[in-house]
Amino acid sequence: MPEFLIRAALAGVGVALAAGPLGALILWRRLVYFGDATAHAALLGVALAVASDLPVVLGAGIVALAVAALAARLTVRGRGMETALGVLAHGALALGLVAVALIPGARVDLSALLFGDILAVTGVDLAVIWGGALAVLALLAWRWNRLVTATLSEDLAAAEGIDPDRERMILTLALALVVAVALKVVGALLITALLIVPAAAARGLSRTPEGMALAAAGVAVAAALGGLALSLSTDAPAGPSVVVAAVVAFALSLVVGGVRQLRP
Amino acid sequence: MSLIAARGLSAAFGGRRVLDRVDMDVARGEIVTLVGPNGSGKTTLVRALVGALRPDAGRVDRAPGLRLGYVPQRLALDPAMPLTVDRLMALPRPAPDAGAALARVGMGGAGGRQVADLSGGQLQRVLLARALAGRPDLLVLDEPAQGLDQPGTAAFYRLVEEVRADTGAGVLMVSHDLHVVMAASDRVICLNGHVCCHGTPEVVRNAPEYRALFGLGTGGALALYRHVHDHAHDGDAHDHAHDHHGHDHGHDHGHDHGRGHGDGHGHAPRQRAAGG
Repeated sequence: MPEFLIRAALAGVGVALAAGPLGALILWRRLVYFGDATAHAALLGVALAVASDLPVVLGAGIVALAVAALAARLTVRGRGMETALGVLAHGALALGLVAVALIPGARVDLSALLFGDILAVTGVDLAVIWGGALAVLALLAWRWNRLVTATLSEDLAAAEGIDPDRERMILTLALALVVAVALKVVGALLITALLIVPAAAARGLSRTPEGMALAAAGVAVAAALGGLALSLSTDAPAGPSVVVAAVVAFALSLVVGGVRQLRP
Repeated sequence: MSLIAARGLSAAFGGRRVLDRVDMDVARGEIVTLVGPNGSGKTTLVRALVGALRPDAGRVDRAPGLRLGYVPQRLALDPAMPLTVDRLMALPRPAPDAGAALARVGMGGAGGRQVADLSGGQLQRVLLARALAGRPDLLVLDEPAQGLDQPGTAAFYRLVEEVRADTGAGVLMVSHDLHVVMAASDRVICLNGHVCCHGTPEVVRNAPEYRALFGLGTGGALALYRHVHDHAHDGDAHDHAHDHHGHDHGHDHGHDHGRGHGDGHGHAPRQRAAGG
């Protein structure tokens, strides 16, 4: 197997391992728009990083974190904030596209930013991706019970000595990290899909939150590898292929869940 | 020595003062109920007491080492989250007494069930068991009977009384369900931003402030009360409300009333309480 393929597979697996469990939390907390806003903001971050000669991952991560923090403030105030989040999500995307176009010398491959460029992953990229993914996994594992409790009821969490605001900040940080490292793999447009589709597929297969988080990681890894294979055999872009594979897994999970329900 | 006490507690949202210099406390072994109209600050007070809300002024004093068991009004359980009863019992940390606590509330053997499949009454029992598994000195229940029908409500309050008798824990409840509450409480605190009256159920029932708030009738008549329940069991979840303008319901009558009327249709002393 050529080395670039091994790197691509490893990059996909690394991102998938972190995206699965985080995606489960995003679904449980209904933060899909929130994820979109953060992922789209990465585009703007890339443009700013290129313009100022900073590492792309750093720019993407910082701007994603800033927008995620802004979005978190909006969601804290409760219902009716979907509008503001929708504006933020699409505003960040449009602003990012404009910013990329304004960079002189066309040093940015827009298609790679939007859809990922997994076959061009370098050894350094790989180190960054796995570093970020392991950091996210460690963060989620450390805070897991507190995150799940605060998801179920912020007041209950507070009564147990948990600070729901702190857990929300940790989730925001984890999301910005995943966005930064997933940009190269699936691209800004489909990061949210990589988060929520494997988690949705895992829902029907699980009985507990951690069961779903693990199953989501498994589905995401399978989708990453399956999508890569699909991309190689059809010459389709890799990022969308990975998401297509995840959607197939979701459809299969519906069938499995349906069959289970038929049996008493 | 009280388990928990609020002193001069004030809180405001968006410029509106929701709590105004509230003083209250709960002692070991007593059942205290907070009543008050919608928007009177009941839930805000409870949130401040359990530590979910920082008051603008005043303070909450807890007995040293107080173990507080909180039963929330509901869970924000998204259908996307699978959750068994056993797993819920172990959040945020494993509870050694989980099995015994589930059995205590009549939910033994339900540990493997999905929380989403429980009825409203079963979920309230499981949440109570989750709080009990931490061997609390103080139980705080925020409208535990919401969404339960009348027999379910009465049964739940009886369970709370039994738990109090067994464990000696103090209990603080929030309720709309004045009728049952009056029978089940040692003390009632009537809240309307400020504490407008408090004392034994009889004292509160006869307080002019309480009557003004709940529109109680003239001539010693009790009970304009209003309950709304969900007929989830008939698959047709319409809400309906009854206004009661009854006679002088006594202490015992509260229970009989609750048990006697099944699903709440066809109350004999049923009158529209126009104008109270």
